[in-house]
Amino acid sequence: MVNNQPKISVENLRLSYGHREVLHGLSFSVAPKEILGVIGPAQSGKTSLLRCLNRTIDFVSNAFVSGSITIDGEDVLRTSDVHTLRRKVGMVSPLPVGLPLSIYDNVAFAPRCGGIKNKDELDARVERCLRQAALWDEVKDRLHTLGTKLSGGQQQRLTIARALSHDPEILCLDEFSIAIDPVTTMRIEDVLKELKSHMTILLVTNLVQQARRLADRTMFLWNGEIVELDRTEAIFSNQPRDKRTYDYIHGLFG
Amino acid sequence: MTASQTDNLKRPRMARSMAAILGERTIELIIRICGVSAIVFVFGIFLFVLREGAPLIGKLDWTKVLFSQEWYPTSKGNVRYGVGALIVGTLSVTGLAMLFAVPFGIGAAVFVSEFSTGKVKETLKIVIEMLAAIPSIVWGFIGLSVMNRLIQQYLPAPVGLNLLNGAILLALMSVPIIVSIGEDALKAVPDSYREAAMAMGATRWQTVYRVLFPAARNGLLAAALLGVGRAIGETMAVLMATGHAVNIPKSIFDPIRTLTATIAAELGETAVGSDHYRMLFLIGVLLFSITFVVNLLADLAVRGVRKQ
Amino acid sequence: MSASPFTVTPLVRRNMRRELVARIVLGAMVAAMVLPLLAIIAYLVAKGAPLISFKFLTTNPTHGMREGGIWSALLGTIYLVVIALAVSAPIGVLCAVYLNEYAKDNWLTRMINLAVVNLAGVPSIVHALFGLGAFVLFAGIGRSILAASLTLAIMTLPVIIASTKEALAAVPMSFREACWNVGASRWQTIWSIVLPNSLSGILTGVILQVSRTAGETAPIMFTGAVFFKKIQPGTLFAYSLTDQCMALSMHLYTVTTQVTNAPEPLPYAIALVLLGAVLAVNAASIVVRSLLRSRKKW
Repeated sequence: MVNNQPKISVENLRLSYGHREVLHGLSFSVAPKEILGVIGPAQSGKTSLLRCLNRTIDFVSNAFVSGSITIDGEDVLRTSDVHTLRRKVGMVSPLPVGLPLSIYDNVAFAPRCGGIKNKDELDARVERCLRQAALWDEVKDRLHTLGTKLSGGQQQRLTIARALSHDPEILCLDEFSIAIDPVTTMRIEDVLKELKSHMTILLVTNLVQQARRLADRTMFLWNGEIVELDRTEAIFSNQPRDKRTYDYIHGLFG
Repeated sequence: MTASQTDNLKRPRMARSMAAILGERTIELIIRICGVSAIVFVFGIFLFVLREGAPLIGKLDWTKVLFSQEWYPTSKGNVRYGVGALIVGTLSVTGLAMLFAVPFGIGAAVFVSEFSTGKVKETLKIVIEMLAAIPSIVWGFIGLSVMNRLIQQYLPAPVGLNLLNGAILLALMSVPIIVSIGEDALKAVPDSYREAAMAMGATRWQTVYRVLFPAARNGLLAAALLGVGRAIGETMAVLMATGHAVNIPKSIFDPIRTLTATIAAELGETAVGSDHYRMLFLIGVLLFSITFVVNLLADLAVRGVRKQ
Repeated sequence: MSASPFTVTPLVRRNMRRELVARIVLGAMVAAMVLPLLAIIAYLVAKGAPLISFKFLTTNPTHGMREGGIWSALLGTIYLVVIALAVSAPIGVLCAVYLNEYAKDNWLTRMINLAVVNLAGVPSIVHALFGLGAFVLFAGIGRSILAASLTLAIMTLPVIIASTKEALAAVPMSFREACWNVGASRWQTIWSIVLPNSLSGILTGVILQVSRTAGETAPIMFTGAVFFKKIQPGTLFAYSLTDQCMALSMHLYTVTTQVTNAPEPLPYAIALVLLGAVLAVNAASIVVRSLLRSRKKW
């Protein structure tokens, strides 16, 4: 960690849906340009955590959040401008979502919502994002066909391109490889390695080996609590600090 | 990647114009206002109808009004506002109509939902939509011109405009709503129920009878109730087809008169602000209350379905 | 134990027989609905069609409505329907947007939903009383096209809300989430993704209301429709908002119940025009729906 000012810092984050608490006081921080892997079984609160980070948790009507999240020193939970916040945090959902728009419009959607109208500016941005998501070569001749007609793997890269289109400083990926084949997964992993040079990445993954391949540090989340957060090598070593981590990674439970 | 980083510096930060944000606030305010408008309208309807009728409320002997059959609103010497016969008229024509419409409607819903597929199903649904689209005035005209003659010709009835005529029309008018709501209710039963029943060797009919009916009970009840609500509120068809005689029917061939038809027939001839005029508005309040309760019950029944 | 596991036992045979009976009975029930529809249409066509001509549609009624055409009634109905839906469609659609996109699960939302359900159940004659009490008398609009249209507008509102809500709900939640994730506001999401992709459903619902509105009689009887009104022929702008008007439905009622010695085919022809218009609009909505459905984008 080069910079001692963390990019994201989470303090005692609690989240409940109705009376059911799903995050029980998480505290951690993420350094700039770091890849933080988040592993853990289903229902451990991984997706909920991401939803808190970009405040889409607001759309869940019975959700209640307490604690604090700061990004670049700004209080996320109390910010008045959630849209700017969400543009700062790119989010890639588990299942690819091509909006029912053309490929071009899919990527231009966020910049347009952000008030960019200049055609050249949009063109440049669309090309850059599609290139970054390793999709440009496949779609450059049919930018005006429907994004929803792409294959699953292409749609997932389109989703990533869209998440990059609003210049996020943080990119959150939520089990992005769940619906795509291993080859595409590897391509996207290569993309992530490149993106790392200028953004902070939160990689929630169901594949523990993916965290091992990509993450600088890895967090093991279980039942809404952080069991362990350490350098990836330490987590995947033969003696992580918590035995549950070892058991989970080696498929003994979860 | 260095290229895109320098790019990063040149690119303008995204910020929406003040006008765009203000425009969005305005449209969201309008959306909210439209959202609550439904409540405003329901209360508005009740209050405005009550407001016109209210001055008369204190002047009436209500047990007499509700139970007497003597409706003589324009009598010179002795004006009497007994709506008993009108209530009976409404109830009898609705009841008889439902006797036809509920079994036929639910039967048709079952046929459409469980016994037909593909093109047949699509066609039937379209036909039912068409049936629902026929205006009540056209039904009324059919009752007056066609059914009237048919009933006189083939049934031992002295007049063709009677309870039976109105009930048949109402049945045909409320069947579509029963079919469509009933079909929704059957569709809401998960396919796994059907598959489980079939896997045990049940025939389609056994599945319907033993699995789907119990499972969709509330939805089917709601369908029937909405049919009732539609029939009670129907005006033009019963006005034209039931013979329009204030009368407690003794057989299905007697002419009757309903609450709705009375308003439609007499409102045009009353002076604004007269007792007769106010009485018609009070009948409106009564109708509003009846259909309100019926719809509330239907809604509760439907909600029961969702909770399962 | 029988020799073959698939032997037809008496029990199975009985079940199969019952199945057949059920199928026939249910089919007959459907036929009991379909046949009257066809019979009615056929009868009206047979009786009314000879009278219908371009001239019948475009000339005003004359001689105490016993002769001439139905132009003033036809135009009145068009006025009423267009104005009513111009009022109710935006309000209804926005109300549905509120319920489906903004409303939280709280008491207010439950109240609104309940209000919509009950508004849909209010008898048309009560709408007429309301229109008379609120628009004609209280608001002082007087008996006019405007008052009648507003009355019709409120009557069609709940159905538009319901059909729009259904159309909005058919747009997958994941689209909305994807938009929110890239920083789009609720309204931007609705405007650019939700509304364009539910337009077919919304339109179908609104078009269906055209047919319902055109056929209504009771709500306009005391708020703006009259038995007879002479208008200038040959122009579409023969009525003004504050005029009373004739309407097809009302005209049918008048001719069948008030006019003595009307020629026999006349009411059939009017009924046929009304029914034809209503069913044509209905068919149009079905076509729109299937056309747009085939162009579904996901």
